[in-house]
Amino acid sequence: MAGYSGLRIFSEGLRGNSGWRPAWRKPEPKREYDVIVVGGGGHGLATAFYLAEVHGITNVAVLEKGPIGLGNTGRNTTIVRSNYLLPQNHHFYEHSLKLWEGLEQSLNYNVMMSQRGVINVFHNDAQRNAAIRRGNAMRLAGIDAVLLDGAGVKAMCPLLDISNGRFPVMGGLLQPRGGTARHDAVAWGFAHAADARGVDILEHCEVTGMIVEGGAIRGVRTTRGEIRAPKVGLAVAGSTSLLTEMAGFRVPIESHLLQAFVSEGLKPMIDCVVTFGAGHFYISQSDKGGLVFGGGLDGYPSYGQRGTLREAEHVYAAGVSMIPALGRLRGLRSWAGIMDMSPDGSPFICRTPVRGLYMTAGWCYGGFKATPGSGWCHAWTIARDEPHALNAAFTLDRFREGRMIDERGNGPFHWMH
Amino acid sequence: MLQINCPHCGPRDEAEFTYRGDATVTRPGPDAGIEAWDDYLHLRDNPRGWTVEWWLHSAGCRAVLKVRRHTATHEIDAVATAGERLGADRA
Repeated sequence: MAGYSGLRIFSEGLRGNSGWRPAWRKPEPKREYDVIVVGGGGHGLATAFYLAEVHGITNVAVLEKGPIGLGNTGRNTTIVRSNYLLPQNHHFYEHSLKLWEGLEQSLNYNVMMSQRGVINVFHNDAQRNAAIRRGNAMRLAGIDAVLLDGAGVKAMCPLLDISNGRFPVMGGLLQPRGGTARHDAVAWGFAHAADARGVDILEHCEVTGMIVEGGAIRGVRTTRGEIRAPKVGLAVAGSTSLLTEMAGFRVPIESHLLQAFVSEGLKPMIDCVVTFGAGHFYISQSDKGGLVFGGGLDGYPSYGQRGTLREAEHVYAAGVSMIPALGRLRGLRSWAGIMDMSPDGSPFICRTPVRGLYMTAGWCYGGFKATPGSGWCHAWTIARDEPHALNAAFTLDRFREGRMIDERGNGPFHWMH
Repeated sequence: MLQINCPHCGPRDEAEFTYRGDATVTRPGPDAGIEAWDDYLHLRDNPRGWTVEWWLHSAGCRAVLKVRRHTATHEIDAVATAGERLGADRA
């Protein structure tokens, strides 16, 4: 398949756009593969891409129960950043951010990566001290972080109410290299690039059972027949527990709802990503002009993919507190995804109790920014049957061993991270 | 929106309650060992279907309630106080 380029767009324009072909094939399942990846979202497609690109393993199938990219990959607020405090997290997310920075060239696909800056606003001395500590931890790890005062925040985001009587803005921690990317294009780009390297993307192929013999994975049963492979990787976000139950073990995950919102299209008013420090709220503006924003979890386990008005009210209230101009805003759509919440808020990219079965899971609500890094580390772990240094800490048994990676210090409550 | 029928206060809106975790796990004794504590604190069945949960009536009578709820439909079919048994057992 010919690649995408400016020249190609120009020449296709002259030929009535008759030369374009689908970005990936619709193959029939083979009976056997070297690796099966379950889940055709960003993480699963990225895993397949890096298996082929980095490890030369191209006899790979990606199984997706519906069309690709319609789970959490298409249900998030598209924020990309690496501003974490703990070393296990910031080294991993920084690796992911570096992959994002070269992703369009690697995939030959425009994912509309926009490093517009991410500001975490703070409102009091304690929050400022925490921001300084986190910023210094990042800078020690070679990650960009800038401390802004109130005027600095106002200069970047003039509509912010920095003199709010209840929650005045003292300043913010800025990661200039953070930003947003186009979520759908990330799924399509990874699918296009993986397919071009020989990976079979099998849509409408739901896994209904796992074939485990003698403590090792042998393949999966699907709605399109039995498919065998000596290695299987799970990248199914909130449905992880359902698949591990088929394989015969429990995981430290609760599935929770997280909503996201988009407004009617507006002229440019916010050209960075801003998060509120006095409530759970984050906002940016898409290239179509819609404001894209979200908040915290709905608060109880669910597989429902629909949120409730209680959390929607909280999100809108926090938004109007931070940016009063949003008071005239008309919401256009809201939706919810199923988050695989872990007891410390950090993920799993690891082997499992079943030999040959691997997983990337527990992404809580930070999965989008991790997409390339998760796929890269998951592919490494599958190809070599051992974790890379970047994901060595993201194991399932870290809780039993007392090695939690609890970024927020909330303790072992899945729904509080 | 959920509506939870509090045994003390009657049917009340979800906004009055706070989810307090999985009620299908039992707190082990202090000497039960690491496996039992790992099981209680971290591992979850996380079913897509009926489950039993703790809910605190935080803006009401402050009682901790046991609620049986469906995690896909959000339907609630039984509520009891913490020490009581729930009605017709689905487990």
